[in-house]
Amino acid sequence: MEGALALKDRIVTLAHGGGGRAMRDLIETVFTPVFEPPDMEDQARLMDGALQEPGARLAFTTDSFVVTPLEFPGGDIGMIAVCGTVNDLAVGGARPLWLSAAFIIEEGCEVDLLHRVVASMQREADAAGVRIVTGDTKVVGRGAADRLFVTTAGVGVIPPGRDLSAARVRPGDVAIVNGFLGDHGATILAARGDLALSTDLKSDCAALGHLMEAVLAVAPGTACARDATRGGLASALNEIAAAAGVGVVVTEEALPLRDEVRGMCEILGLDPLYLANEGTLVAFVPEAQADAALAAMRSRPEGRNAAIVGRAVSAHPGQVRMATSFGGMRVVDMLVGEQLPRIC
Amino acid sequence: MKFASEFRDPTLAKALLARIAGVADQIGATREKPIHIMEICGGHTHSIFRYGLDKLIHPGVEFIHGPGCPVCVLPMSRVDECVEIAMRPGVIFTTFGDAMRVPGHKMSLMQAKAQGADIRMVYSPLDALELARRNPDREVVFFGLGFETTTPSTALSIQAAAREGLTNFGVFCNHITVPEPIKALLDDPHMVLDGFIGPGHVSMVIGTHPYDFIAQNYGKPIVVAGFEPTDLLQSVLMVLMQIAEGRAAVENQYARVVPENGNPVSLAAIADVYERRPSFEWRGLGEIDASGLRIRPKYRAFDAEEKFGIGYAVGRKAYEEPEGCACGAVMTGRIKPTACPQFGKGCTPDMPLGALMVSSEGACAAYWQYGGSRGMAAG
Repeated sequence: MEGALALKDRIVTLAHGGGGRAMRDLIETVFTPVFEPPDMEDQARLMDGALQEPGARLAFTTDSFVVTPLEFPGGDIGMIAVCGTVNDLAVGGARPLWLSAAFIIEEGCEVDLLHRVVASMQREADAAGVRIVTGDTKVVGRGAADRLFVTTAGVGVIPPGRDLSAARVRPGDVAIVNGFLGDHGATILAARGDLALSTDLKSDCAALGHLMEAVLAVAPGTACARDATRGGLASALNEIAAAAGVGVVVTEEALPLRDEVRGMCEILGLDPLYLANEGTLVAFVPEAQADAALAAMRSRPEGRNAAIVGRAVSAHPGQVRMATSFGGMRVVDMLVGEQLPRIC
Repeated sequence: MKFASEFRDPTLAKALLARIAGVADQIGATREKPIHIMEICGGHTHSIFRYGLDKLIHPGVEFIHGPGCPVCVLPMSRVDECVEIAMRPGVIFTTFGDAMRVPGHKMSLMQAKAQGADIRMVYSPLDALELARRNPDREVVFFGLGFETTTPSTALSIQAAAREGLTNFGVFCNHITVPEPIKALLDDPHMVLDGFIGPGHVSMVIGTHPYDFIAQNYGKPIVVAGFEPTDLLQSVLMVLMQIAEGRAAVENQYARVVPENGNPVSLAAIADVYERRPSFEWRGLGEIDASGLRIRPKYRAFDAEEKFGIGYAVGRKAYEEPEGCACGAVMTGRIKPTACPQFGKGCTPDMPLGALMVSSEGACAAYWQYGGSRGMAAG
């Protein structure tokens, strides 16, 4: 870190969690020079004009991040820790403002890795327009964690009059996704290195706050949005169908999928609809505003490959079905447990 | 995607469906008096449901889902034996992913892992071999499971281990063969099958001749098929054509992959490493003569059953299936998954009672996942 003190240890030991000088050195060399602007104390006291508007509501969310490997093509654990929480706020219609960041560090974790993770968190936070205002570190013994776990919480403000909720989805609403499905899940599978598959895939990891604002500006009737993280698009759509009491029909041909992801799924017997994403959302928009919403997504880099993938229907409430490119129709259920590659 | 999308072409499928309907009408097949075609392989079952072929096809053609999902026909007692091996100190137990959730009497491998057993998912027995090389102080066991498709790769891993002189690698062998259970099914007096779709990937190894007895001795058509939807439709058409013409023969729809005499290198590896067991237990079907393989005495050092004194090496107990589980009747085609009293009640993918609900290639899981029974009619 430029301008930062150099920590003399290259790996984290239990001493760095002991509350004494070693811990202070770790925090003051790795974390605070990047995250904490000089005007802020540890216990953040916050004020924002948006909070004082009559009818404005506070949004608050938290998420914990564990991923193997910690660094992968297109991102790292820090990047998804910022994007994931920003996206949780954004799909609820909130403008993300502040984040906390807590680190559980396994003894033996390399300090250089922490520097890289912290730098990418700040870079993502800057891009998303949020500030990381408070945090915590704990060091645990070997085997009590897998190198590094990160938890972020986020606070945002929902402007007056904005009310996104899955229950508001009506038959006829159009489902739009902002880009390719399954890139993150497929990238992580390949990056674990036990598949002997080499790909050029990158995680889709991205913060979606600006994209959501762009959509809501031109499609104020948007009923709801969900980020399709664990469990993929299939799980997000099933949650929405259940909450709204509508059916959802997706069109297989319309699903944006990279050839690499499609091919990997064929080889392993996986379904891309269930692969995790870290920068992909699905929004339900009234048909009359769908073209505008699609155009708004496509005007942003994280929405360049946006596509209309389906719609809500009054038939089969609570159930998601797919019109297959083959001309059949099948149920797309929630995933049970985790997807396991097939034997042959 | 090249080499797959061509075989999913809706226009081609429509033409095949129309020709199937024509032949089915010609031979008088109706919903009430259907032609029963068994797709032996779980991969075919999965494709049929994934593409909704059972709903697109002429109502006079009924698919009966065969015993060709290796995870599904594995008796619970073999899972118990896996768990027993995996729980031994010092063992790294390696397995294909979809065997992780199969319930044993006490627990599945997934649950054993949560209780501290070192169980790792691998994609090939060669990955397990690599683990053995890297962990000389640990005993690495590979859960050898599957038909003739997966048998050659386990054989090669054992040959490699022998060449390298590894002493910490073993295979818990559950390899089984396709022709023997088909013979058992055909000998069952309750069976009313009119023809078979043969597993393409198995024939890639063994060729098509091992099925000659089906046509010659039992007078039933069998067509070895690929796994894409138009492969399956073309194969159904070929079976129906044989019936219409009063023939019974072994035909090869999957000629782009399957050589008539199989793969000699794979067959040689299998013959070198394995011999037939006198009999092997199949879930739902019981013990079937000569249907399983064991490791030959010259490779005994790599036989986990011998190493750990487990399973057929010491004489095994036969266990009852869980109460109310009709996996056996489903697997023999006597009932549809939905006719099982436990389907969707005591047995769901979240809490599987029987193996057919566990693997995505199992008939019950396919019915459940792709709505073969639930809601599709109502919607």
